[in-house]
Amino acid sequence: MFDTGLNILSYLSQGLGTTISIFLTATAISFVIAFVAGLSRLSGNILIRGFTAFYVEIFRGTSLIVQLFWLYYAVPMLFDINLGSNWWVGVIAVALNYGAYMSEVVRTSVVSVDKGQTEAGIALNLSRFQRMREIILPQALRLMLPEFGNYSIQILKGTALVSLIGLTDLLYYGDIYRSTNLSEGPLAYLMVLVMYFIIALPLIWLSKKGEKIAKKGVAS
Amino acid sequence: MEPIVQYKDIHKSFGDTHVLKGIDLDISPSEKIAIIGPSGSGKTTIIRLLMTLEEPTKGDIYVAGKNLWKMEKGGKSVPAKEKHLAEVRKDIGMVFQHFNLFPHKTILDNCAMPLIKVKKMSKKEAQEQSKQMLDRVGLGDKYDAYPSNLSGGQKQRVAMARALVMKPKIMLFDEVTSALDPELVGEVLEVIRDLAENDEMAMVLVTHEMDFALEIADRVLFLDEGVIAESGSADEVINTSDNPRLQDFLRRFRD
Repeated sequence: MFDTGLNILSYLSQGLGTTISIFLTATAISFVIAFVAGLSRLSGNILIRGFTAFYVEIFRGTSLIVQLFWLYYAVPMLFDINLGSNWWVGVIAVALNYGAYMSEVVRTSVVSVDKGQTEAGIALNLSRFQRMREIILPQALRLMLPEFGNYSIQILKGTALVSLIGLTDLLYYGDIYRSTNLSEGPLAYLMVLVMYFIIALPLIWLSKKGEKIAKKGVAS
Repeated sequence: MEPIVQYKDIHKSFGDTHVLKGIDLDISPSEKIAIIGPSGSGKTTIIRLLMTLEEPTKGDIYVAGKNLWKMEKGGKSVPAKEKHLAEVRKDIGMVFQHFNLFPHKTILDNCAMPLIKVKKMSKKEAQEQSKQMLDRVGLGDKYDAYPSNLSGGQKQRVAMARALVMKPKIMLFDEVTSALDPELVGEVLEVIRDLAENDEMAMVLVTHEMDFALEIADRVLFLDEGVIAESGSADEVINTSDNPRLQDFLRRFRD
């Protein structure tokens, strides 16, 4: 039993690279999207605001798996756009989806910084950009940390869906293993869970740390 | 003497509430003005308009002869853009009821950052001047402390140092002692008294510290229901005015 478990683990580890590389890249891109979209929703320009609101609500309001199929099967046929390898399609779908959620974290954190902070910035004659850069964002960032930690764990779990567009990630190897060793199915899936959990551990630790920083960061 | 600030028929409404109903006011350079009046009479709004934190519904404010909320563009008068506002308000400073210190910066950085960013001062020069100002308000031993480690009175003195080091020509005080514990009010008033006696800048105090206001102000304005109901020296306003609402207001303070 123990030996079989180890066997399965070493078999699954072939998918580790794909899972982790997609997770890291998608997380990095979704952070960028979160900031760009989150700040755009606070823009004075109604077009920018409207466009980002449209993006955010579409991607929050539909399921990741459907978005994944759209990008993989529909978009290339409809618009003749090639998004590159299916690895990139997976990364882009996950990043767009979670970027939409996380942009709301950015927006609400920025909005929740006390109005008096902006007023003090105006009274000191700081420009709009300087107020954002020197006063609002450093405080908002602390509020974002715990939520960002949570979302990074969700992104990791979300990457499991890319096995459905033929990417050879952790879950993909789990499936393959089960289909060739049917009797060991439960154990195989248990090991898949264990692997995801092990990758998630540092993220859990990081988000706990983020919570602590957030707690002591802001007060008036 | 040319006034440094002029309000001309200023009106301000928030939704359906008509807060200011035609304010005309000239402020001379180095004049110390106290604005008193019942809560909700629009005292704070008057100075917030000058700091560009609110926009007047009607009327014009001039700072050193320049229209604050309007600018010239192609021979026409248009609503002011951020750049114009920044240019006109550079001589105005403000201290707030709730201090509004930057919690993520040290006391020294609270003062030095605006000098570096707005006045384009070198870091060394900015810190030098900030330290001098912090010494002046009695916080020379707190440079590296964060706001959360200070008492309310100390926070307010830092906020004053931060505004003063920008060398404004007009300084606005918005109920700066209202959020303080009673035993901490004195140390803040002491700093203001020092400024009123020794500094050339114009000062406008919105305050509930009646005795203090009457003591330091060159001119006292009694604001009532959105208009300046009385204006004059402390002595005139207190002793010779027969405005019944003013008398009533003062009586409530005496009790």
